[in-house]
Amino acid sequence: MLRFEHVNLSYGGQNILNDISFEIQQGQFAVFIGPSGCGKTTTLKMINRLIQPDSGHIYLDGKDISTIDRYELRRHTGYVIQQIGLFPNMTVHQNICVVPKLLKWPKDKCDQVVRELLEMVGLPYDQYAHKYPSEMSGGQQQRIGILRALAASPPVVLMDEPFSALDPMTRRSLQLEVKNLQQRLNKTIIFVTHDMEEALDLADVIIFMDHGHIVQMAPPEEMLESPATDQIREFLGKHHTGPSPAELTVDHFMRTGIVTVNQNRGINECVSRMQHYNVDTLLVVDEYRRYQGTVSIADIRLTGHVVKTIGPLVRSTTPVVHVGDNAKECFDQLISSGFPYLVVLRDDQTVAGIVTKTSMASAMAEQLWG
Amino acid sequence: MNDVLMSILHATLVHTGYTLVCVAIGFVLGVSIGIGLSRLPTLSRYLLPLLSILNTVPGIVFIGLLFIYLGLTPATVIIALSIYAMFPVLKNTVTGLSGVDQQYKEAARGCGMNQLQRLWRVELPLALPSIIGGLRMSTVYTVSWAVLAAMIGLGGLGDFIYKGVSSNNNTLILQGAIPAAILALTLGALVDLLQRYVTRRTMGKGGVMK
Repeated sequence: MLRFEHVNLSYGGQNILNDISFEIQQGQFAVFIGPSGCGKTTTLKMINRLIQPDSGHIYLDGKDISTIDRYELRRHTGYVIQQIGLFPNMTVHQNICVVPKLLKWPKDKCDQVVRELLEMVGLPYDQYAHKYPSEMSGGQQQRIGILRALAASPPVVLMDEPFSALDPMTRRSLQLEVKNLQQRLNKTIIFVTHDMEEALDLADVIIFMDHGHIVQMAPPEEMLESPATDQIREFLGKHHTGPSPAELTVDHFMRTGIVTVNQNRGINECVSRMQHYNVDTLLVVDEYRRYQGTVSIADIRLTGHVVKTIGPLVRSTTPVVHVGDNAKECFDQLISSGFPYLVVLRDDQTVAGIVTKTSMASAMAEQLWG
Repeated sequence: MNDVLMSILHATLVHTGYTLVCVAIGFVLGVSIGIGLSRLPTLSRYLLPLLSILNTVPGIVFIGLLFIYLGLTPATVIIALSIYAMFPVLKNTVTGLSGVDQQYKEAARGCGMNQLQRLWRVELPLALPSIIGGLRMSTVYTVSWAVLAAMIGLGGLGDFIYKGVSSNNNTLILQGAIPAAILALTLGALVDLLQRYVTRRTMGKGGVMK
């Protein structure tokens, strides 16, 4: 539907766009996002030839747009801008009919289009068609701005931060409306925003740009799951949920900083350590810090008077898992084994942490609610 | 008495004629040159101050100069007054066009209007209040400048004033001055009406521009 091939643009010795290539399918809602000055608006304005590339080609429906008359091209491409730009000297009716009139549609066809479009966004014709833009609220004005872009039923609609000047409530309802219209009319929409939430809500595909490069082009779910760079992760901010639950490993759920004790240590030291950390069990390791088992205060009370070191009291019945093991399997093991915790070992058998029901629950809560 | 009235009426008609013809010519010239200059921002940056300086050259001097070349014909007066009538319109056309908000120009471009369509459908209508403001100024000025026509013996209400001044006859002066003042007020009011109509068309019924 829309294809960029190695598009470059520089201005005053500065590269605005560097070798931009991408393709957007018919009926897709594509959202460009990135920090200001990243080239997203420039890219958008190339599609209706408001800006000409230095080199490279842009194809619309397989046709190089540089071969299409630019006025014709713009009349068949919807364009919505942030400042709305409804002509204040024209009524709503006249504003919507700007492009059909340029295309010399007969008057009754224009009238019909205005009626249909106003009806579609829930603005009664009789009440609104003859109003001037200055008599309407910002949200209503931008609705008309969108209708103006749709009036000549262009296959592609370009939207340059159309909602960023509106209040959050209005923005939300217009976003829903646009998504709705896009799906109902099967339009290809190219949308520029700096609001990641908007991008995630609306997009079929998000194109993240920075310094005139495309950093990542992916559907919202994929971008959320595996952002290509830290910058994108930062943009995703609170929306970034990390890996999907199925891919979580036990490391996400374990408690670290676990108190261990060397197997050669005396009973007394072991007990004082338990008191100090207020625990009833310690993990026992050898001189290379490799895991040996556990020792509990109950065993020490029972048989502590007959041994000097804790070595003989060590039990190795506690289930052991390894770093990188699947979290769900570990969870099942924890529940079915009946032990209060699992020990997580690194590849060299040293202790990485433990998984308790509490650590499991708090990690799950974090996944679920952030 | 009737003779006096008739001569006043006749002079007023001649005066109105001069004014309307000169303002019309000046308006057309002013708007056309204004549109031209607004397309050439670099040129207008140098040309506009120059024109303002020219504007301050007294009308008498200009009529006198033209008189040397063209002699005692209505053309002398009409050319001189038309050029003077042009200045306010020209200046306001340039200001009005350059004051059209970028968003409307961008929207017009995005809708696929060519240069002429943008000018005709968007930029000129939006600059119209400013242009009509210039028209008002030039109308009122021209009524008073047309008095100068009498200086080279071409009639109008100036006749009474010059005769009155030279013969120290206050009645005669007033016979010229009062109709001239009324004419200026009337034409000014007419332009104001036009302005109101245009403003309403341009900025919606509320008349408030965002």
